[in-house]
Amino acid sequence: MVRLMVDAPAAGSDESAVDAFLQGGRPQEPTAQGGPSLRHAPGPYFGGYGGRWMPESLIAALDELEDTFEKAKADPEFTAQIADLNKNYSGRPSLLTEAKRFAEHAGGVRIFLKREDLNHTGSHKINNVLGQALLAKRMGKTRVIAETGAGQHGVASATAAALLGLECVVYMGAEDCRRQSLNVARMELLGATVIPVTNGSQTLKDAINEALRDWVANVGNTHYLLGTAAGAHPFPAMVRYFHEVIGEEARAQILDQTGRLPDAVCACIGGGSNAIGIFHGFLDDASVKIYGFEAGGEGVETGRHAATITLGKPGVLHGARSYLMQDDDGQTIESHSISAGLDYPGVGPEHSYLADIGRVRYEPITDSEAMEAFRLLCRTEGIIPAIESAHALAGAIKVGQRLAAEDAGAASEKIVIVNLSGRGDKDVATAAEWFDLLDEDSPEAEIAKEGEQL
Amino acid sequence: MSTSQDGTQNAAQHASKSAAAIDRARAQGRAALIGYLPAGYPSVADTIAAGIALAENGADLIEIGIPYSDPVMDGQVIQAATTEALAKGFRVPEVFDVVRGITSKTDAAVLVMTYWNPVVRMGVDEFSRRLAEAGGAGLITPDLIPDEAAEWMAASDKYGLDRVFLVAPSSSPERMKRTVDASRGFVYAVSIMGVTGARASVSSAAKSVVAAAHAAGAERVCVGLGVSNAGHVREIAEYADGVIVGTALVAAIRDGGVDAVASLTKDLSTGLTKEEA
Repeated sequence: MVRLMVDAPAAGSDESAVDAFLQGGRPQEPTAQGGPSLRHAPGPYFGGYGGRWMPESLIAALDELEDTFEKAKADPEFTAQIADLNKNYSGRPSLLTEAKRFAEHAGGVRIFLKREDLNHTGSHKINNVLGQALLAKRMGKTRVIAETGAGQHGVASATAAALLGLECVVYMGAEDCRRQSLNVARMELLGATVIPVTNGSQTLKDAINEALRDWVANVGNTHYLLGTAAGAHPFPAMVRYFHEVIGEEARAQILDQTGRLPDAVCACIGGGSNAIGIFHGFLDDASVKIYGFEAGGEGVETGRHAATITLGKPGVLHGARSYLMQDDDGQTIESHSISAGLDYPGVGPEHSYLADIGRVRYEPITDSEAMEAFRLLCRTEGIIPAIESAHALAGAIKVGQRLAAEDAGAASEKIVIVNLSGRGDKDVATAAEWFDLLDEDSPEAEIAKEGEQL
Repeated sequence: MSTSQDGTQNAAQHASKSAAAIDRARAQGRAALIGYLPAGYPSVADTIAAGIALAENGADLIEIGIPYSDPVMDGQVIQAATTEALAKGFRVPEVFDVVRGITSKTDAAVLVMTYWNPVVRMGVDEFSRRLAEAGGAGLITPDLIPDEAAEWMAASDKYGLDRVFLVAPSSSPERMKRTVDASRGFVYAVSIMGVTGARASVSSAAKSVVAAAHAAGAERVCVGLGVSNAGHVREIAEYADGVIVGTALVAAIRDGGVDAVASLTKDLSTGLTKEEA
């Protein structure tokens, strides 16, 4: 498990890339297409990103996890277990639904939704938590801990822990606990203990800090069930592995339904786990344009956003080197988004690499744009999306309009896939507040400040 | 690393301020005392005054921590102090003022303890150059492992700085050897699997971590995490080359200012003499 230093970014042979990286610059537009496969990147490094920027106390646990994961991947019993849970517990394969009325607003291209919202627990998160909880069992660990923002990953972790008979502790910012009291109740119903985090900015990043402190102290019996494709190696590659099923299904389904590959694939990006899952299926298909949509919050010019790749600079946080929202001193800047699931100042290292080589294009979507797309999908398709996923929908509208502008006559032949990463039941109160649907004296209106995530 | 181990090792033997400070204590038949203070808490001037008080009352080495937004290895007391320092506007370059303020008035070796991102942001070479100029001895890096330290290895060689990596009860023999080999000045032995903070007793794991580090070739091993009183110091001084106290000193400056740091340091130093030495 000892990794060679020559793998480290600063010791690599590509001096110019390293220099550019260190100075926060971005390398030249790539030649990307036709190069070696981008699929199944094993880590620990994705170009100059990734690695293990972690306390020595946790390295043995990361080594153990890496070793267990590598052996499990090669074990037919494990892969069969995952396939069985995906099919008979989560409800996979998730549907690929054509959104014809929605597509009328996207330049008239064809739009297909990858329906991760139909999975058990209502989002893509279940793919990863089942995989990691099984690995925890393989390591003989009896306790899992997790961080959560709005509560989606916490609920998914509590679900997997209940299913597999593991103790579960979820760290959640104290403010988030207040705003998401129903999700706290869901986790508790599932048998988990929710610990409000009052340190630092009391947000998702502080919940991760507190989970890491717990992990250092309890690593003997505890697995840290990280919820996104970020963190120290092997987390980014491992979380991606459990989500690759999204892209594999989507690719086969679009070929089956349309007879060809899509022109574009769109997903929203916080840490980037749903995105890397669907992107992976298409990374080597040179004709497919891939787009990641970050949370632009109130607008990237306002400073109140979570557009990490768009505006961040490379740095290290929570174990990985990646783009990061930080000030001139390297202190992490608080992110802002109406979508709690995208409200994170970091991003998975593989996304930073895919951005630098130009294989994936990352763009910000504002709160307003996302909410308009949210309303549009509700009213044109009868599907209430998660506000996270609404960022991907808003991006798909732009992509569709661009494709149509390139060749108006052929718009109806263009195909765009959107990863609908989650359902919006959890977001009804936020949306009701946003669209001013609440009675002034309703309990929700009382809890919420203007536009606040509930 | 492909850097010339022989050359740097030799240079280091002469250059290491931390090693020299530990060796001076050893020559007096005792372990070294290392005290931690977060920069800018409650003010930059107070940190300098408290650092001088540490040195004048028995500390051989001083660690100055850089307040950071995401201190995953710190417990409540240090988190509260560094959060307050940041809220009051502490800026990273002020750490060099603190180092210079202490080294200009005392003989103590002054190291900076920092999470890695502030160093990355300033530039590892630039940070190292400024630290050396300020008279600093080197860096203690709680979230940087030798595997990721290629740039820091080069910069610390270039500016003659000590690089203090951590070893833990969970470190495998291979990692122990690798970390000891990469370190200069001393090796920081984490006494317990956990974060900083006072504890009632010293973990029994500490002794075996120190033994493993010595066996891996470390000449100087210092123990930190959970060390808060003279009794703890006495226990650790029996087998380690230095004893690191953090949270207790931070609580002292919080509750009683510089005077409280001075008297706690005086008390802690009574535990340093090896009884059978």
